[in-house]
Amino acid sequence: MNARATAVPNTHPPARMHLFVAFLTVLIGALCGLLQAFVRAGWIVLPNWLSYYAVLTVHGVLLALVSTTYFIFAYLLAGNGATLGDLSRGQKRLVVAGFWIMNVGVVLAAAMILSGNASVLYTFYLPLQAHPLFYIGLALFVVGTWAVSAGLLAQYFAWKKAHPNARTPLFAFLSTVTLFLWWIASLGVAATVLFQMIPLSLGWVRGVNVELSRTLFWYFGHPLVYFWLLPTYMVWYVNLPKLIGGKLFSDTLARFAFLLFLVFSFPVGVHHQLTEPGIQDGWKFLHVILTFMVAVPSLMTAFNVFASFELTALEKGQRGPFGWMRSLPWSDVRFLAPFIGMLFFIPGGIGGLINASYQMNAMVHNTLFVVGHFHITVGTPVMLTFFGLSYWLIPHLTGRTLTPWAMRLGLVQTAFWASGMLLMSTAQHALGLMGAPRRTDFTTYQNHPAAERWFDTPIANYATMAIGGALLFVGAMLMIGLAVYLAFFAPKNAANPDTRTAFPLADAADPHPQPAFLENWRLWLTLTAVLIFIAYTIPLIDIASHGAPLVRGLRTW
Amino acid sequence: MTIHRYEKIWLTFGIGALIVFLSILGFTAFAEGHTPPGGVLTIDPQLIDTVAPWNAPGVYDRGERVDVYIVGQVFAFNPNRFEVPVGKPVTFHAVTKDVVHSFTIVGTTVNMMLIPGYVNQATYTFKEPGSYLILCNEYCGAGHQVMQAEVIVR
Ligand code: HEM
Ligand SMILES: [Cu+2]
Ligand SMILES: [Cu+2]
Repeated sequence: MNARATAVPNTHPPARMHLFVAFLTVLIGALCGLLQAFVRAGWIVLPNWLSYYAVLTVHGVLLALVSTTYFIFAYLLAGNGATLGDLSRGQKRLVVAGFWIMNVGVVLAAAMILSGNASVLYTFYLPLQAHPLFYIGLALFVVGTWAVSAGLLAQYFAWKKAHPNARTPLFAFLSTVTLFLWWIASLGVAATVLFQMIPLSLGWVRGVNVELSRTLFWYFGHPLVYFWLLPTYMVWYVNLPKLIGGKLFSDTLARFAFLLFLVFSFPVGVHHQLTEPGIQDGWKFLHVILTFMVAVPSLMTAFNVFASFELTALEKGQRGPFGWMRSLPWSDVRFLAPFIGMLFFIPGGIGGLINASYQMNAMVHNTLFVVGHFHITVGTPVMLTFFGLSYWLIPHLTGRTLTPWAMRLGLVQTAFWASGMLLMSTAQHALGLMGAPRRTDFTTYQNHPAAERWFDTPIANYATMAIGGALLFVGAMLMIGLAVYLAFFAPKNAANPDTRTAFPLADAADPHPQPAFLENWRLWLTLTAVLIFIAYTIPLIDIASHGAPLVRGLRTW
Repeated sequence: MTIHRYEKIWLTFGIGALIVFLSILGFTAFAEGHTPPGGVLTIDPQLIDTVAPWNAPGVYDRGERVDVYIVGQVFAFNPNRFEVPVGKPVTFHAVTKDVVHSFTIVGTTVNMMLIPGYVNQATYTFKEPGSYLILCNEYCGAGHQVMQAEVIVR
């Protein structure tokens, strides 16, 4: 096991390629974010050839959909390599093919957006009708992710077969749950893209059922956020305890929490559709209840992670209720960045429960509150964890070193991101509560007093949002500069695999044998399917039986 | 699978809080009637100009309560300025002729999606007189930011 952990597995090259694309898309996406924040504050006016909505489509698609996926695959590839070893030739071929299919998809979709043919935002709701190549690009992207996932899943099952009595390494187990979740989730978006959007945009059908498409989209859209969150939690479970010189409090509970995420993240999508017709109150409420259930594994994660900090402190001889704070490596960016992400996740999680709260949702739905919400969930806990991860993952993948000055600059980078996000998201939450709409170009609504407040209320105004956005942009650029430095220029002291920066894998403090049902995939996948079936069958039959007229596609931009 | 005692306390407390919160939501929703907007009435967007009441959108005072019919389309609401009384329940019925929009009255809980093919509705009782801004907060195209209307409450 040890020899294997220090050798260089063949997952490294594809992991490096994924990471490269991830940072490239962050670069473009962050630039768009800056423009949006400045436009909405009225600080700049975009030239005629550049539409606000094209910029916003690029921002949402590249940051939320694309960069996250590439980061996640880079991390899962590197970690599976560190725990399960090499991919077979067939598996590696799948992974590399998937990577290129994803790239072709992204390039097609991006070309359509930038040429103004797909200003449909990252949710591409029908009956907005983009150029067919946009949808084909999306479909290729999803197919590419299936190939990469298939390669990694095949690696896990082959390993299982070769080691029938061994306990699966925690990383590989969690990575497998994450990939299953992605597969099952992406079926929803694939269905609406393949059977509704592509036929509509090619003129093969005259109309589509819009509510059906939205329901399929959100069947995918909610578990999608868990696809971002689970790898983030993996860093907290598997890598952070090691980086702070401790152990994971409970390996078994980590596995169990992930399985709960798998089971409960699907039957909740309707919480994004609370203010729309076509779905009955009772079904909306059932999805709300299940949404609250899916908070439970997050509570378990919070406990497990903080218990690991506490345990580490005890082992280092720090006592008392705040002993754990003294024992943590605050000046180590590899720890600090994800830790700040965790802090942001506290209001982030609470905000999520507010959004999902049935009738309360009408107060915030589609306001800037929601934008504030996802910048302090995916935009910070997830992104800062991926950034923090890069400070050791890039050296691990390239054999270079994180130099002391890069470490210090990393702390500065983290401070920019955290303070920028604090300002921007506070302003967005407050503006949202005052009714300011999301995804809206600069407007004063003909100077209506309700809209004027968005410009002149202290803190809760567009200028605060823009200042936060500027700080964030600096944080993003520093990160990209550091990533380039770590990937191509940092000193290479580790040609020898034994001295290369290791993939940090924590031991667990609970060495008990693991209950067999935890790895019984048939059981968990069946449970997942049953809940999906319960939550969606009748709403879908309802939508079909309402017989809403099919609606033609329109290009309104 | 052993669960640490503190974790049991933490989870009991956490799950308990979630249950209390959900019960409050459920109670105010179903016992007091604060359900979110919705409905299952369908309508053909192509026929909106020809069938009643959509061919004559506007305010209909029914005595105890008021019905308002609203038609959304790129990038306007019809009617785009209307009056309703203070203190009387007002039910907004809204449809769209083309893409998805929203009908949102800033400073109230009226915030609903207009989905082509369906009628949506929400009820609200204004407590303060004044001019309220109505806007579309679901992206609908190049002129999304100009899609607005005004309701005067007297
Ligand atoms: C430089 C950093 C960033 C800045 C300045 C920024 C700024 C903004 C602003 C101002 C909006 C609101 C636009 C509107 O509703 O009109 C927005 C939307 C959004 N942002 Fe960011 N953002 C940044 C980073 C991120 C990151 C890292 C993510 C996710 C990983 C992200 C995901 C999103 C999404 C999904 C939307 C919604 C797009 C939509 O509604 O279609 N942003 N961003
Ligand atoms: Cu959700
Ligand atoms: Cu609109």
